[in-house]
Amino acid sequence: MSQDYILETRNLVKEFKGFTAVDDVNLKVERGTIHALIGPNGAGKTTVFNLLTKFLTPTRGQLLFNGRDITKADSAAIARMGVVRSFQISAVFPHLTVLENVRVALQQKRTDSFAFWRSEKVLDGLNERALELLDSVGLREFSHAKAVDLPYGRKRSLEIATTLALDPELLLLDEPTQGMGHEDVSVVAELIKEVGKERTILMVEHNLNVVADLSDTITVLQRGAILTEGDYQAVSADPRVREAYMGVEADETSPAASKMEAVG
Amino acid sequence: MKNKKLNLVLLGLALVAPFALYPVFLMKVLCFALFACAFNLLLGYAGLLSFGHAVFLGTGSYVTGYLMLTYSITPEIGILAGVGASALLGLVYGKLAVKREGIYFAMVTLALAQLAFFFYLQAPFTGGEDGLQGVPRGELFGFIDLNNNLTMYYFVLAVFLFGFLLIQRTIHSPFGQVMKAIRENEPRAISLGYKVNQYKLLAFVLSATLAGLAGSTKALVFQLSSLTDVHWFMSGEVVLMTLLGGMGTLWGPVLGAGTIVSMQNFLASSPLANYIHVVMGVVFILCVLTFRNGMVGELQKLIRKNF
Repeated sequence: MSQDYILETRNLVKEFKGFTAVDDVNLKVERGTIHALIGPNGAGKTTVFNLLTKFLTPTRGQLLFNGRDITKADSAAIARMGVVRSFQISAVFPHLTVLENVRVALQQKRTDSFAFWRSEKVLDGLNERALELLDSVGLREFSHAKAVDLPYGRKRSLEIATTLALDPELLLLDEPTQGMGHEDVSVVAELIKEVGKERTILMVEHNLNVVADLSDTITVLQRGAILTEGDYQAVSADPRVREAYMGVEADETSPAASKMEAVG
Repeated sequence: MKNKKLNLVLLGLALVAPFALYPVFLMKVLCFALFACAFNLLLGYAGLLSFGHAVFLGTGSYVTGYLMLTYSITPEIGILAGVGASALLGLVYGKLAVKREGIYFAMVTLALAQLAFFFYLQAPFTGGEDGLQGVPRGELFGFIDLNNNLTMYYFVLAVFLFGFLLIQRTIHSPFGQVMKAIRENEPRAISLGYKVNQYKLLAFVLSATLAGLAGSTKALVFQLSSLTDVHWFMSGEVVLMTLLGGMGTLWGPVLGAGTIVSMQNFLASSPLANYIHVVMGVVFILCVLTFRNGMVGELQKLIRKNF
C-alpha cells in the first residue's frame, strides 16, 4: 500500500539559545487518520505544533503539506491552505457571541473583510451555515450568548466548531480535553471521532484513554525527539515508553503515568 | 427603537445648543469629541494603545493652517489636504508600529510622535513656538462665510457627525468584526487565516485620518495651529478623555471629551487655574481606581444589572 502523507516534517529542529526543544523530528501524518502526539511534560509537543503552524520559526528542517514545501509560509497563509490549529488554553473570542465566533471564521473566505464602509448585515448570509456548525457541536441554543459566559467544555466545543468553519484539510488540536471534567471529555472525544471521519487530525493529548480510543497512530516524543511510533498496542507495550513516563514523573504519581500503568 | 429616539433627541439638542451656550466652546467640545472617537476606534475596538495620537491632530491642524494662510483656497480644500496629510502619516507610522505589540506599540508611537513634534518645532513653515496665527476660516464652497460663529458651528457639527457615523459604521462592518476578533484573541485570529497586521494597519490609518479631520477643523475654529496640538500632553489628554468616558463604547469618548473640555474651561476662570493639571491628574486617578469602565461603561453595567 502506498502511503499518502498530508503532512511531513523533515529533520525538524528548534533551538532556544543552546537548548534543543525539538531535535531532528521526522513526523509523517497519513491522510484520513487521527494521529496523536504524546510524551511527558516538556517533551516538545506544543513546540512541534507551534512550528507546524509557524507560530515559531524552525531553526532547521522542512515542513511539507501535501508534498509542498511550506517552511517559508507564515501562520495566516498556512491556515488559508487548510491547516488549522486549536490552542491549549481554549481560544474563543470571549466578548463576541457564539454565533459571531463561528461567523468570523466563515468570513475569512469572503473578499470584503476590509470593507469598513459596508454594513455588517452583509454577513447575515453566513448565519445559516454558522448555525449548522453550532448544531453539529450541540451549541445552537447558545448562539446568542457571549462566548465568555459558556462553561469550559462548551468553549472547547465552540472552538472546534470555529475551526471546522474553515473546512480544514488537517486539524491540529492542542490538548482538546485538557482541564475538563469526565463528562465533557467524552463529549469532546466523541466530537473528535465524528470530525475525524472526514478529515485528518493531529492532536496533542494527555488523556491516554482518549488517545487509546481515538488514534490510529501514536508518536511518542521525549526530550524533543521521536522515541517511537505505532498504534496503541505497539506503543504501550514498548518498555522505553513506560520508562519515559515513569522515569520522568515517578515521584509525582502523575495522572498520565498512572493511566499508562492502568491501561497499558 | 429606543436608541433611535435617543439619537434624535441628542441631535435636536446639538442643533439648538449654540443658542444656549457659547458656540466656540461647543465647537471645541465637538473637535475633541471627534479626536477622542478616532482614538477610541483604535484603542477600544482594535485594542491598540497609541501614545502619540496628537501627531495626527497636529498634522491636520498645521497643514490646513499653512495652506489657508498661504494660498487663497476654500476651507473644504484646506481640510481635505490636512486630512490627506494625516492619513499618509498614519500609513507610514502605522506600518512601523503595528509590527509591535502592547507596550512596545505604545512606545513606538510615542517615539515617532516626538520625532514629528521636534520637526514641527524647527520647520520654517510652522512658526515654531508662536504657531500659525490668524488662520482664515474662509468661505465654505466659496460662498458660505464661516466667520460667523453660528454658521461655523453647524459646519463643525456636520463634520463631527460625518466622523462619528463613519466610526459607527466601521465598528459594525465586516472589517469591524475582524478588528474585534483580533482585539479579543489575536493568535486565534491568525490561526483562522487572518493577516492581522493588515487589519491593524487599516484601523490605524482610519483613526489617524479622523484625528487629522479633528485637527484641521480645530485649526479653522480657533484660527490657530500651534505646538499644543502635537505635544505629548495632547496624546495623554485623549487617553484620559477616552478612559473617563468609557473606552470601547460609542458615546464614551464624546462624553469624556465634553467633561474634560468643560472642566478645563471652568477651572481656567477659577482660583485653581494654575493647578489644572493637578486636578486632571486626580480625576484620572479616581477614574482608574473607581470606575474603570468609564462613565458610559459604568452606566451600561448599571442598566444591565437593574433592568
